[in-house]
Amino acid sequence: MKEYQTITEISGPLVFVETDEPVGYDDIVEIELSDGETRRGQVLESASDYVAIQVFEGTEGIDRDASVRFLGETMKMPVTEDLLGRVMDGTGQPIDGGPEIVPDERRDIVGEAINPFSREYPEEFIQTGVSAIDGMNTLVRGQKLPIFSASGLPHNDLALQIARQATVPEEEEAGDDDEGSEFAVIFGAMGITAEEANEFMDDFERTGALERSVVFMNLADDPAVERTITPRLALTTAEYLAFEKDYHVLVILTDMTNYCEALREIGAAREEVPGRRGYPGYMYTDLAQLYERAGRIEGREGSVTQLPILTMPGDDDTHPIPDLTGYITEGQIYIDRDLNSQGIQPPINVLPSLSRLMDDGIGEGLTRADHADVKDQIFAAYAEGEDLRDLVNIVGREALSELDNKYLDFADRFEEEFVDQGTDTARSIDETLELGWDLLSMLPKDALNRIDEDLIEEHYREDETAEAVEA
Amino acid sequence: MSQATDTDVREDGIIESVSGPVVTARDLDARMNDVVYVGSEGLMGEVIEIEGNITTIQVYEETSGVSPGEPVEGTGSPLSVDLGPGMLDAIYDGVQRPLDVLEEKMGSAFLDRGVDAPGIDLEKTWEFTPEVEEGDEVEAGDIVGTVPETPSIDHKVMVPPDSEGGEVVAIESGNFNVEETVVELDSGEEIQMHQEWPVRQQRPTVEKETPTEPLISGQRVLDGLFPIAKGGTAAIPGPFGSGKTVTQHQLAKWADADIVVYVGCGERGNEMTEVIEDFPELEDPTTGNALMDRTCLIANTSNMPVAARESCVYTGITIAEYFRDMGYDVALMADSTSRWAEAMREISSRLEEMPGEEGYPAYLSARLSEFYERAGYFENINGTEGSVSVIGAVSPPGGDFSEPVTQNTLRIVKTFWALDADLAERRHFPSINWNESYSLYRDQLDPWFEDNVRADWPETRQWAIDTLDEEAELQEIVQLVGKDALPEDQQLTLEIARYLREAWLQQNAFHDVDTFCEPEKTYRIMDAAKTYNDAAFEALDAGVPVEEITDIDAAPRLNRIGVQEDYNEYIDDLEDDIESQLRELY
Repeated sequence: MKEYQTITEISGPLVFVETDEPVGYDDIVEIELSDGETRRGQVLESASDYVAIQVFEGTEGIDRDASVRFLGETMKMPVTEDLLGRVMDGTGQPIDGGPEIVPDERRDIVGEAINPFSREYPEEFIQTGVSAIDGMNTLVRGQKLPIFSASGLPHNDLALQIARQATVPEEEEAGDDDEGSEFAVIFGAMGITAEEANEFMDDFERTGALERSVVFMNLADDPAVERTITPRLALTTAEYLAFEKDYHVLVILTDMTNYCEALREIGAAREEVPGRRGYPGYMYTDLAQLYERAGRIEGREGSVTQLPILTMPGDDDTHPIPDLTGYITEGQIYIDRDLNSQGIQPPINVLPSLSRLMDDGIGEGLTRADHADVKDQIFAAYAEGEDLRDLVNIVGREALSELDNKYLDFADRFEEEFVDQGTDTARSIDETLELGWDLLSMLPKDALNRIDEDLIEEHYREDETAEAVEA
Repeated sequence: MSQATDTDVREDGIIESVSGPVVTARDLDARMNDVVYVGSEGLMGEVIEIEGNITTIQVYEETSGVSPGEPVEGTGSPLSVDLGPGMLDAIYDGVQRPLDVLEEKMGSAFLDRGVDAPGIDLEKTWEFTPEVEEGDEVEAGDIVGTVPETPSIDHKVMVPPDSEGGEVVAIESGNFNVEETVVELDSGEEIQMHQEWPVRQQRPTVEKETPTEPLISGQRVLDGLFPIAKGGTAAIPGPFGSGKTVTQHQLAKWADADIVVYVGCGERGNEMTEVIEDFPELEDPTTGNALMDRTCLIANTSNMPVAARESCVYTGITIAEYFRDMGYDVALMADSTSRWAEAMREISSRLEEMPGEEGYPAYLSARLSEFYERAGYFENINGTEGSVSVIGAVSPPGGDFSEPVTQNTLRIVKTFWALDADLAERRHFPSINWNESYSLYRDQLDPWFEDNVRADWPETRQWAIDTLDEEAELQEIVQLVGKDALPEDQQLTLEIARYLREAWLQQNAFHDVDTFCEPEKTYRIMDAAKTYNDAAFEALDAGVPVEEITDIDAAPRLNRIGVQEDYNEYIDDLEDDIESQLRELY
């Protein structure tokens, strides 16, 4: 292995080295500083006489005398089932003081695209126990469903609640028997604060979830460039556990905004032509290479489900990060500031939220025959109620018709009873749908135009209307 | 993707630098847009710039680990597709490699690299029935025989468009593979079922004609308000979650085209899988055969290499043109053209070209119009008539229609289906905004609707448009003062408009019956709303209070017409009930 001491330029996270032998694109590099410290990096551009290297741990303290070794291979992640229960830093080095990891395999972290022909369409319902998700925006195995949040909102609580409560109903029926596929959580933290990290770790330890989790921690004060590999390590581990070891893996990535900031930093250091708001033009492709690693593969037991969290700068969902994410992922869950300030927990705004894979994951045999109709009707009624709220502010409740007043009550009760359930309650899908019927029965029967007549006969609560009228 | 067959001797080059999908090579003797094989693994790429002895190549596969000094091999031919029987029922990546063959060759569910496969099965034999006899004169484009490619489609074997033509001296009949000669001409030219055509070049035609027939989509809001013609162009822009992909899928399923080419350009893997799993099971409403029998899928998901995303729309339209040459009506759906534009931007910025608006290359507008201009209703060089309709989804960042891709697309296309996030949020699907959308084909298609559906189609539609327009205006007032402050006739208009929205414009793509609505049913629902309207206003004139009119039992049944299979009887009864119930009030 040839060593070079020919660094020509150091700029931001990048180091440029003159070389006289060809170096592979994306190859891993070790840089040894004069005090013996070793840093790792990756080849970003390779020409016949020089290479550009991005240094994961930052370029601080590197001088032109540092020696550079090209390892001749791309970045690999050592994977094994023993990773479960372990905590690693953002570059995959254990930080929990546990034993050394003996890998079964070393896998390329970039990952190859799943052949669309080999995929299996996701349609297995995951019960998260959160009504606003299960009832209205159902998550299925193999889906990528981001949480669109903003600073100061309890997205982490929601992610933890899902990680804690997620089950597939058939598993419950099968009881506690350990046969079949197991559930694992991979947690990839990018640039989160130490406090947030503690919150996650405490919860993992308290609930015993840690032993079925693999944690990758890149904290806010860790080098930014490192963040670009953390999610790839997490997803490589997830793919191995899912497609080799038959686990159903839930990957939580937080916070994607920090990841994108790191991409922008590298792009700027390379003096690339920037796209919108200074983010690189290839950010869509780059994000897709992460998100698209969710899925199921025909003939394999396991699945990779992704729950990325991102905080929208300025609560703006047209910002490039949420925008590009929304175009790649199969829906999104919005955390809402108003609901949060009203004390609704979890403060999910179901109207802009969406699960694209929902329609095939619900219905008879999967959840319940009335699920789709109930969901449609609740959406329509809640949207109607929301619209009327604006009007009420101007004309007052008295000016509205009886039906309009019912819609207003419906919207209030929907938020207070259906969405608000606290972080410790897990509701089964049956409970969620029954609750939905309780609320819908406030409305007169012929207002339920999205529901099949037979289902209305079966579930509509005749007495509720009377009560509502009296009230 | 076709292997190079050209015998042109070209010299190999050496890789000079690698940066993502862009590789430069030294001393490569190649022409612009030639296909080259890069590196020791032979990754497929295309020449996109030549400067001195440095050639820039966009590589269609992942370039990790490729290093300078590795060889680059030229093929001397431009990026081409294989054309011939076997393209229907197939699923390709962006450079026409069949994904099922790749899975087999790679032995993995993950896409490895450096594996090539021809676009059509070269071994498979097809039953060739000649259409010409020995002694016949044939010219370029002429049909010399047919092959039953799928139960729905007869594949026409044509003389290649670049042939000189001549007299047929020998013709075969029976089972042959695509590389065997089926027709021999006196010029010595041998014709096989297999042809190649460069993707970036339009296949020749005689002339472009004005389209006069609608492409019936089975979607009420489209057929009823914003129809597209066979040979027309349409854009569906909308923010994420507004239902672009569902609309595209609905069109691919129910549009009355002979052939559907579906290009999934930079979209979600799971969505393509849904298409792959659904289409073979769905029935084509016109022929009763599997939908897949008339469909060719091109899937380049968002995590597949970006350069192949740039090429996939060209691969798709070239295949579409080939079927058009046989005299078929072809519909091409591209989901999404924004991803294609972004792929151009990404390559352009790696080339350090001077950017235009929002970082897109200055040639964005030219490329878009070039692509959409390949659509049309054509007279083919063999005298048949065929059409290519192009429906492109656009994904504007943040749902902002003023961005360059939407704007440049709207300058070219004649039908605009504006998806609306607000409608999607209240689950009004298809969430096509009836106030913003337009179709410039409406007038030229009216005669067809008059002849084939009902003579008063245009008038009834105009009534519906007027009612919806009036509703939009009234809603602004309602926002301020509430509905009850309006005069009674306006309240009634709001109620009628609500039924038009709920019973007619809304359509449930996931309901077995409602998912497809034939033009007759589209007309009848609209007309049922009008019947209610006319009878209701009569009652109002007779002094009946508006609450009583809107309160009749029959009216809400309008909303259930969509899901009725025997709708004629249902509507007849309903119209009678509405009229009699309203009569009772005065």
